[in-house]
Amino acid sequence: MTTTTAAPTRRLNTSKAMAEAIAQEMRANPEVLYLGEDVGSYGGIFGSTGGLLEEFGPTRVIDTPISETAFIGLGIGAAVEGMRPIVELMFADFMGVCLDQIYNHMAKIHFESGGNVKVPMVLTTAVGGGYSDGAQHSQCLWGTFAHLPGMKVVVPSNPADAKGLMASAIRDDDPVVFMFHKGVMGLPWMAKNPRSIGVVPEGEYLVPIGKAAVAREGTDVTVVTLSLSVHHALDVAEKLAQDGISVEVIDLRTVVPLDRAAILASVGKTGRLVVVDEDYQSFGLSGEIVTTVVESDPGLLKAPPKRITMADAPIPYAHVLEYAVLPRQERIEAGIREVLA
Amino acid sequence: MTEPTGASATLDSPTTLTQQDRLALYEQMVLIRTYELAIQREYHADKGPGFDIGKGLIPGEMHLAAGQEPVAVGVCAHLTGDDAVTATHRPHHFAIAHGVDLDAMTAEIFGRETGLGKGRGGHMHLFDPAVHFSCSGIIAEGYPPALGQAFAFQRRGTDRIAVAATGEGAANQGAFHESLNLAALWKLPVVFVVEDNAWGISVPRSASTAIPSNADRAAAYGIPGVRVEDNDVEAVHAAAAEMVQRARSGGGPSLLEVSTLRMLGHFEGDAQGYRPELADVAEHDPIPRYEAALVADGVLDDAAKQRIAAAASERVEAAISHAKDSPLPDPAEATRYAFAKEA
Ligand SMILES: Cc1ncc(C[n+]2csc(CCOP(=O)(O)OP(=O)(O)O)c2C)c(N)n1
Repeated sequence: MTTTTAAPTRRLNTSKAMAEAIAQEMRANPEVLYLGEDVGSYGGIFGSTGGLLEEFGPTRVIDTPISETAFIGLGIGAAVEGMRPIVELMFADFMGVCLDQIYNHMAKIHFESGGNVKVPMVLTTAVGGGYSDGAQHSQCLWGTFAHLPGMKVVVPSNPADAKGLMASAIRDDDPVVFMFHKGVMGLPWMAKNPRSIGVVPEGEYLVPIGKAAVAREGTDVTVVTLSLSVHHALDVAEKLAQDGISVEVIDLRTVVPLDRAAILASVGKTGRLVVVDEDYQSFGLSGEIVTTVVESDPGLLKAPPKRITMADAPIPYAHVLEYAVLPRQERIEAGIREVLA
Repeated sequence: MTEPTGASATLDSPTTLTQQDRLALYEQMVLIRTYELAIQREYHADKGPGFDIGKGLIPGEMHLAAGQEPVAVGVCAHLTGDDAVTATHRPHHFAIAHGVDLDAMTAEIFGRETGLGKGRGGHMHLFDPAVHFSCSGIIAEGYPPALGQAFAFQRRGTDRIAVAATGEGAANQGAFHESLNLAALWKLPVVFVVEDNAWGISVPRSASTAIPSNADRAAAYGIPGVRVEDNDVEAVHAAAAEMVQRARSGGGPSLLEVSTLRMLGHFEGDAQGYRPELADVAEHDPIPRYEAALVADGVLDDAAKQRIAAAASERVEAAISHAKDSPLPDPAEATRYAFAKEA
């Protein structure tokens, strides 16, 4: 009789994976601390700090007043003095109340000081829609952060990447904006894509900032995407495989710096490009990706590229309206079929 | 009214409420509570097995104001539909007290085409221009637009005013302080209202604010500040009377903080594990307390109580039926209204 034992695997949701990376870095380095609204006993509205208060106490896991300008600025100052703060802006949509600290200070100090002053901080923030939270609580806005120079912008799509990118972000000497989509966190109170819970390596685990991943290999068309849209793109790729269509899915993982080589390599192979981006279409990431290809070699493309994005309008509340503008499976499938036609 | 002293001013103005006024305050509070509980019922009815925030007839976050009725009712009793009110992410009590169209508001919460925002806005983004009502999901950011409405009223030589509400958590935002200063500087006809329910989501007031009374902050801007301690609608009414009068007559802004009660979670689905005083919440409910006072004073009897409850329930259920019977918006028009004239 033979017995087979499955390899031990440990599955976590994305929020637990994120918290695990933070806990490991906090254990390793006393200068790492986490501050923001409801990050203490609540454990973060999206579960990003679950269990941290219990282990590290209120001097390192700190609930702040609702004063984003002050506490994000405080994070900057502490980072300037060599601490490694992680600061949470509860929703990316709230950047408006504290944007000056982010883009004029956090992002520019290193440059303005001629490289003499480092700002090794992480700004975490929740992004994305899909649950009718309306126009002020559903935006992605990574294109806005990415457009403003001086900060790295990482956007994990799955638990393992969330852990590895968080650890890298904390160790990075530059300010890193870590944007997690509510829909990939694997939260109990939100519709879950099965991939928002997955195998996460134990112990030290680093995913390099600036490296895209091939989430699925394919030969007919490249879908370049990130965050929750990776899950939708993989769903569509699985479906289209039954029709004999081979879709390659590139998960960018990092918006700044952008892994242009990975995009070019994939489009060079497939000759067709669909960009799926839950951020607004115009003046943003999707245009940047298309430009990357066209500037490099317009001859790579056998068909015009296609963008499946959020419309250039505020995100509507009503479910039927929101689902009409979100880049979900039906629109992605139609886009792929269009570039293959 | 007491001028700023650096400490919370005390209130000694006698209330001049008639029996009818008192009943009206009570009725408004009952209507609001009935509404909030009905919305709560509808919200949870259809979240599926477990709790999926995106599911159901009312999807998304839901912040209910049960327990905070005295603030909205006491303040709005002095307003007409020509006055402006900006509320917060927890807006229904102020909306109802200020006379927002209940059917259209409910339809908006249900995401229907007949809603205040034709389903585009949602429960945190309610706009009723008929009574100059608005609200904001971004903390404290309803304050600055209220200044602008007050500015317009002042420029046009009217005696109309704006009321701007926030929570005590929001009083730590820059927009709050900038607004107080600018309104004071330009003597804008604004009444700033702080609803101190002691919690900013899970963060207790003691962990967010260095001083016990936001009314004291008014002194920093040279305007009167009053704190009402006991979540009592008549005390709020009396304090607001002076502030509204002051604003209407060109005296400029003032700040009213009310110690009030968040009876429910921050949002529906919030288990409130962080909240030690949860067991005592029901006994601090301001409505039974007011009811008892009115009964003791012979203003209210069982028959009137039942009549008021029935009328509230009928009105609320009619609004909910209206919402449910209303058509959904057309998905093909999801981006409509981004601009005044569509491109
Ligand atoms: C600028 C901004 N920061 C944070 C939030 C998230 N948030 C929503 S409500 C809330 C707490 C507000 O507390 P308070 O002002 O006391 O009002 P309450 O909810 O108690 O009515 C927070 C932090 C937000 N909506 N906007």
